[in-house]
Amino acid sequence: MRMSKHSILEATKLKKYFPIQTGLFRRTVGWVRAVDGVSLKIYQEETFGVVGESGCGKSTLGMTLLRLHEPSGGSIVFQGKDITRVGFSHLKKLRREFQMIFQDPFSSLNPRMRAGSIVEEGLRVHKISSARQRTKITRELLERVGLPPGSYRRFPHEFSGGQRQRVGIARALATHPLLIVADEAVSALDVSVRAQMLNLMLDLKKDFHLTYIFVSHDLSVVKSICNRIMVMYLGKGVEMTNTTKLFTKPLHPYTVALISAVPVPDPDYLMNRVILDGDVPSPVNPPPACRFHTRCPVKQDICEQEEPLLEEKEPGHFVACHYPGSLDLLEGGIRQ
Amino acid sequence: MSVMDNYILQVHGLQVTFTDIERNEIHVVDGVSFSIKQGETLALVGESGCGKSVTSLALLRLLDGNGRIRGGNVLWQGRDILSLPLREVRSLRGREIAMVFQEPSSALNPVYTIGDQITESMLRHQKVSPAQAKKQAEEMLRLVGIPEPRKRLEEYPHALSGGMKQRAMIAMALSCRPRLLIADEPTTSLDVTIQAQILELIKELQKRFHMAILLITHDLGIVANMADRILIMYAGKVVEEGNKQDIFRRAAHPYTRGLLNSIPRMDQAKGTFASIPGTVPDPAHFPEGCRFHNRCGEFTETCLSEPGKIHLENEHFVLCHYPLGQKTLGCRAK
Repeated sequence: MRMSKHSILEATKLKKYFPIQTGLFRRTVGWVRAVDGVSLKIYQEETFGVVGESGCGKSTLGMTLLRLHEPSGGSIVFQGKDITRVGFSHLKKLRREFQMIFQDPFSSLNPRMRAGSIVEEGLRVHKISSARQRTKITRELLERVGLPPGSYRRFPHEFSGGQRQRVGIARALATHPLLIVADEAVSALDVSVRAQMLNLMLDLKKDFHLTYIFVSHDLSVVKSICNRIMVMYLGKGVEMTNTTKLFTKPLHPYTVALISAVPVPDPDYLMNRVILDGDVPSPVNPPPACRFHTRCPVKQDICEQEEPLLEEKEPGHFVACHYPGSLDLLEGGIRQ
Repeated sequence: MSVMDNYILQVHGLQVTFTDIERNEIHVVDGVSFSIKQGETLALVGESGCGKSVTSLALLRLLDGNGRIRGGNVLWQGRDILSLPLREVRSLRGREIAMVFQEPSSALNPVYTIGDQITESMLRHQKVSPAQAKKQAEEMLRLVGIPEPRKRLEEYPHALSGGMKQRAMIAMALSCRPRLLIADEPTTSLDVTIQAQILELIKELQKRFHMAILLITHDLGIVANMADRILIMYAGKVVEEGNKQDIFRRAAHPYTRGLLNSIPRMDQAKGTFASIPGTVPDPAHFPEGCRFHNRCGEFTETCLSEPGKIHLENEHFVLCHYPLGQKTLGCRAK
């Protein structure tokens, strides 16, 4: 695969804490550490996956990277420029370059706007070309994402779930962005429609030279479209590497458990299932040191005392674990 | 498989309709037939709107006011549930046939303690004292793997996590040792690591209590893992029926094959997906003839007439004019 090693977005020790407020005076009594010191680098024209279970901070990470949430700490560099603190007017200009596709095609489109105006809005806001030209671009886009003719004047409720998601994709593409964050973009869709949507997103990526950050809880989807993947657990990145490595030789015990928990649609597939005990702890009071130690099947004493850092254990393979590779995925993972 | 077919539930030609705002009758379930053997797991698979949940609710006559059962029968040990007086249906619910729902947070009553909700069906169906029921409930909670069961009995649902709530739901459903458990998307709202725990638990309890399971799901991964036999539903009809190997290796209906091909799989490499064109039809406008004809790659004019059920081999049936060839499918390259 051709992939220029030119980074487009870089985050260093990015943090996003949400205050927990109670009482009459909205006193802050604690913090939800949704994203707690994540560093990553995203290269041009790659598809970068962020996976994890609910509450691990993957969606917050996606939104904080685009400054839809104000970061509580750390820095974001977009195309060589620090955008962590840039002002609103500058940020507005930048927003042309990065767009978002949301999970729920029902609540992410304004029910009172026609599909045409929804897609066109970005062009209007950024004052791109003339009104007539904008209409033309919009019509072309709606056709490009596979919507039937006449969609321009329809309202969201007149579309099916899959078609609505296509409107959402057209909206994201309108300003010709460089980077798109897709937050669970296919999770709400039926299996047969989901495949159409993934194909469309892959086609568009080629045509528009896009970079995707694909946030999802669904490992099989992430595996099938991403180049590199980061696994998150309780606000931290625990493993980051390319897709093939992650799925053939995962080093973090959490990744191993996560992969082995996904049911494979093949009755003869035997897998060494690592079933974790207990639930994901709350991000308000995450366990000290290694956050996974409360559920880890290969825990040692040091895991309760010292926090492992996300380090490059093999070229391009980052992992935050004191004993990487001590749990093996492949032992029983071969078919009969 | 043994020929000693020991069916505990038989459904024949089930018809369910809903009435829309203009008083049109919408046939959501249209002539569904199947049977469940003692101790087996039958998976009912389909996409949203295919009628799989409605089918499961109709079995226990749990449809709300708008849904009507228009035909068919549901035989439970020789008796037709659909024509029994409601009193007798109530005595079946929870005692012989129990249900686990998709969303544990909305299926549990927030103003009663976990203990109250588990003992409710025991007190109703069994001759036990409240103290005995409570003891049994504690035992059930321990069985489904809830730590500190005695303490949990006094707690309200909000104090439990999603996975724990689903465990409590399962404890509740199994409290009267039912012979059939209907599980409607039991793990859809849970994370994968929790899903794995719950699926293991269901399997283990099935063995222990020798119960049959009707598993309703859209996830073919779970089906491959759990089911003995599989029904594929599309637009209110069962389009294919067979055992695991029939469905995963020799799928004969173009829809089943499309579905299998369109799932991104953990055990396969990257690439574009074969997808089924078009979208799942709206129950108000199911296509004429074969209901899959407008999305099907094998379409001919014959498909505008309704296809009949074809018996392929053993327990493998398909509803299609042109069932696909029986060559073996899905052998992965090593």
